[in-house]
Amino acid sequence: MQQVSINTKDLKKRMYAEQRSLWIKRFFYNKMLVFGSLLLILLGFLVLILPFFIKSDPLVMDTVNRFKAPSSEHWFGTDSYGRDVFSRVIYGGRVSIIIGLAVTLISGFFGLVIGVCSAYYRSLDHILMRFCDGLMAFPAILLAIAIMATMGPNSFNVVIALSIVFTPYVARVVRSSAIVIKEQTYIEALKSQGASAWRILALHIAPNTISPLIIQCTFIFADTILTEAALSFLGAGIPAPEPSWGNILYDGKLAIFNAWWMTAFPGVALLLTVLGLNLFGDGLRDLLDPHTNKAKK
Amino acid sequence: MINYVFKRILSVIPVLLIVAVVVFSITYLTPGDPARVILGADATETEVIELQEKMGLNDSPIEQFTRWFGNLLQGDLGDSYFMNKSVMAAFADHFMPTLSLALMAQLIAILIALPLGIFAAVRRGSVLDQTVMGISLIGISVPSFLLALILVLIFSVNLGLLPVAGYQPLTAGLDMHLRYLLMPAVALGAMQAALITRMTRSAMLEVFNNNYIKTAHSKGVKEKKVLFKHALRNAALPILTVIGQTFGVLITGAAVVETVFNIPGIGQLIINSVERRDFPVIQGVVLLISITYVLLNLIIDLLYGVLDPRIRLDKK
Repeated sequence: MQQVSINTKDLKKRMYAEQRSLWIKRFFYNKMLVFGSLLLILLGFLVLILPFFIKSDPLVMDTVNRFKAPSSEHWFGTDSYGRDVFSRVIYGGRVSIIIGLAVTLISGFFGLVIGVCSAYYRSLDHILMRFCDGLMAFPAILLAIAIMATMGPNSFNVVIALSIVFTPYVARVVRSSAIVIKEQTYIEALKSQGASAWRILALHIAPNTISPLIIQCTFIFADTILTEAALSFLGAGIPAPEPSWGNILYDGKLAIFNAWWMTAFPGVALLLTVLGLNLFGDGLRDLLDPHTNKAKK
Repeated sequence: MINYVFKRILSVIPVLLIVAVVVFSITYLTPGDPARVILGADATETEVIELQEKMGLNDSPIEQFTRWFGNLLQGDLGDSYFMNKSVMAAFADHFMPTLSLALMAQLIAILIALPLGIFAAVRRGSVLDQTVMGISLIGISVPSFLLALILVLIFSVNLGLLPVAGYQPLTAGLDMHLRYLLMPAVALGAMQAALITRMTRSAMLEVFNNNYIKTAHSKGVKEKKVLFKHALRNAALPILTVIGQTFGVLITGAAVVETVFNIPGIGQLIINSVERRDFPVIQGVVLLISITYVLLNLIIDLLYGVLDPRIRLDKK
């Protein structure tokens, strides 16, 4: 008897190990995912860890050294106030990524709650989804500009405005996958055992919508960074002098004849971040949700 | 068919209503008093109170909304606080450059994307396919205003080929019009082109898997005919959706690109209004563009019914 129980334990262990190695294999087979993750890890390191080590302050002005081309002292040159563009790009990236994360978490959470609830309660569905349709009828940047115009430009308001803009996009995706799950037999079984609606929603439906949710959140992250950059570029986002990729690019536009580096470096940083997120999202979709993408392969 | 059209048109009404409510409440929740904004900081308290009374700002929100909505139904969006004209007139003044830019960007995008997408699908897995897919992935990651800046750096600052900024209306001659619009349109159309390319490719690949394509091949139908008559026609729906849905995005995208090139379009209007806190204009522009957006989607859905009989039959 003893022997058998040890064997099943062993078997289980081996099974899990095999499963793990299968996932790892699938991960490395997926080039987009590998490349995207590498890019994101690298950028994450540069933007989140590096600020603790670089000495130059992104806000300190040095009017003697205005518009200096990239050199060993100022890797990315200096801007119209003589500020170091390298540290501005790094700090600006930190602002972009923190805002991106905050918006993704907030709209991910509310999108999940709204999506799951409207899938489960038919009566709520009509109201919530019409409201989402209404919000999605606004082009994202425009709605964000309108909200920012009323609340005034600062980072906190950017997070609120973009969370309002992107929540319906999460809710839609969660709802459509929750509707399928709701019809499964095990939900029926739970109901007949007398499980409460909240228990079913929180413990059984919500966890099963996790893969489309994560995939959608990756794209929301990318969209947030793009939209925040556009808002700040237009002067309706992060206000100067706090650096953000959008407002560095705005300064760069004003000085485009004098200082190409003020446009090129923040531009490349923005491009690589969004590219990394898009690659990661596409790869993740292939990994977690193979059905939707079969035709594209 | 009539039934389908009718139902689809009815379904737009609640969406438009919610759009109106959201737009109204955004401005209603605005901190600060519109009367104070109009009169400036120097105005006396009695002047402000007088104007508040005149504008009906002391009425209940429901009363204000019904009045605003009533005017809206008659096409009256109120007057700008700062420009001496109605919001409708301001919008009309600035709409042409934006529309012109969006249409040109769309045209460029379609001309680039359709052939590339079809080629990539036909030569799936080839070097060409991988290159096209790689470029399109970068394409969907570059925001239009960034591409605009890069194009300005290359073609205006370094090569001096195209004007840095500005706008010439069509009345100044077609070549002048296009000269000024070319760079903005390319910048704006690039992301669109990338999206359409990807959609065309995947829609074509999906169609290739169908048995009727195999049948056509085995019957000995010419490759070209299979491609255009059988495959492309069936792949047209998702491609059309992307083109249509993203046209709304193009119009707002145009607003962002306009600010790079100082084009006097809707973008400039809304950015200036945000700076001046000219709320009727912000409200009006957001509302009008969103309505355009909703109506565009409606038109696409109706076109669907025309193009694909299966849809109008399903929805009966």
